[in-house]
Amino acid sequence: MRHLIDPLDFSEAEIEKLLDVADDIALNPKKYSQVCAGKKLATLFYEPSTRTRLSFEAAMLNLGGSILGFATADSSSAAKGESVADTIRAVSCYADICAMRHPKEGAPLRASRYARIPVINGGDGGHQHPTQTLTDLMTIRAKKHRLGNMTIGLCGDLKFGRTVHSLIKSLARYEGIQFVLISPEELQVPDYIVDEVLKGKDIPYEEVGNMEEVISSLDILYMTRVQKERFFNEEDYIRLKDSYILTAQKMRRAKKDMAILHPLPRVNEIAIEVDDDPRAAYFDQVQNGVYVRMALIMMLLEVTPC
Amino acid sequence: MLNIDSLERGIVIDHIKAGCGMKIYNLLKLDELDCCVAVIKNARSSKYGKKDIIKIEDMVDLDLEILGFVDPHITIDVIDEGKIVEKKHLVLPQKLVNVIKCKNPRCITSIEEEIDHVFKLSGQGDHHYRCVYCEQEYQG
Repeated sequence: MRHLIDPLDFSEAEIEKLLDVADDIALNPKKYSQVCAGKKLATLFYEPSTRTRLSFEAAMLNLGGSILGFATADSSSAAKGESVADTIRAVSCYADICAMRHPKEGAPLRASRYARIPVINGGDGGHQHPTQTLTDLMTIRAKKHRLGNMTIGLCGDLKFGRTVHSLIKSLARYEGIQFVLISPEELQVPDYIVDEVLKGKDIPYEEVGNMEEVISSLDILYMTRVQKERFFNEEDYIRLKDSYILTAQKMRRAKKDMAILHPLPRVNEIAIEVDDDPRAAYFDQVQNGVYVRMALIMMLLEVTPC
Repeated sequence: MLNIDSLERGIVIDHIKAGCGMKIYNLLKLDELDCCVAVIKNARSSKYGKKDIIKIEDMVDLDLEILGFVDPHITIDVIDEGKIVEKKHLVLPQKLVNVIKCKNPRCITSIEEEIDHVFKLSGQGDHHYRCVYCEQEYQG
């Protein structure tokens, strides 16, 4: 039995195969419409989510399966003080696979050690978000026709942005990748990513504070939101929330084929006017997210179309 | 030099960094032993100048994991019939279970009952341990 807890749980070959299946689902959705008939997905969301939870649920429904679960910690036994270990042991009796989002880092890993069903990390605190990474990789591959030999700019909250941590970990495995990390000093990438991934694997990177100075060198610009829910101090959030706003004017300096990604939801870090720019790929990501989660559920449940 | 009787049978924890003898004594809970235990502070050392030594007059199971984490330069001599029959050199353990605690308030270990605090030696080498749950580095 496999789980997806960390973006590196799958090899590059497995990711390529998974993305191939996701691409095929996009082209032939009917072929996959009953592959999970009779199977149940539990969505255990201890933290509010619109996109990820609905994306998982849409994915399972598209595969002919059913869904059950909860959308906030208040509506689960966690409110009564139940441990993650106990919850997952119970859920293992109700469902065939589960997706978990939790505000505490490492909660899905804890769950996977007690589960009798595959556990998918749907985001744990400011730590990792591996299914968003699969979505990002699918979108990057669709836009650039490769996953290596690129300069990736990551902008905004790089400290608490779990999608950023997962994406850096994943892309660092491909050849010719370099990163430009654009953030205020307070929101720089955590040391475990710098030490273990970037310096550890000798990946070229630079940390800068100004987006305009580097935007022309980027093949991908990955924007992120400064997340209010990750701050213990609201003053810090207010001071940092408007650090970077991507506008049509700034986009004039970017390459003609640069792709803009964003895990969404967006607040104001990408001006609405940029949505009409053909380089905006963030709504493609939402659609790709469903396809890639369908492929993931199939892979973990070891089902294939007839 | 102060003389402490040599052991006929037991364990000598040698090459403890000077001043850390009592820390090791407490960590290993040697106060709970019934046998004779001697802590020697600031003994002369050709290697380090000064060192602490602990002599235990019995064969006891020591938690080498804790010892390796606290000071991998420590050596363990197992004595029988007055002679060293085994010399153990410690290494930094790859994994620590319930030796140190994760202090990250965002980590699942901060709320989950009965959870083991597990740290792994990071790729950076010397004494860098990261929580397996949140990956935050342990800051002593």
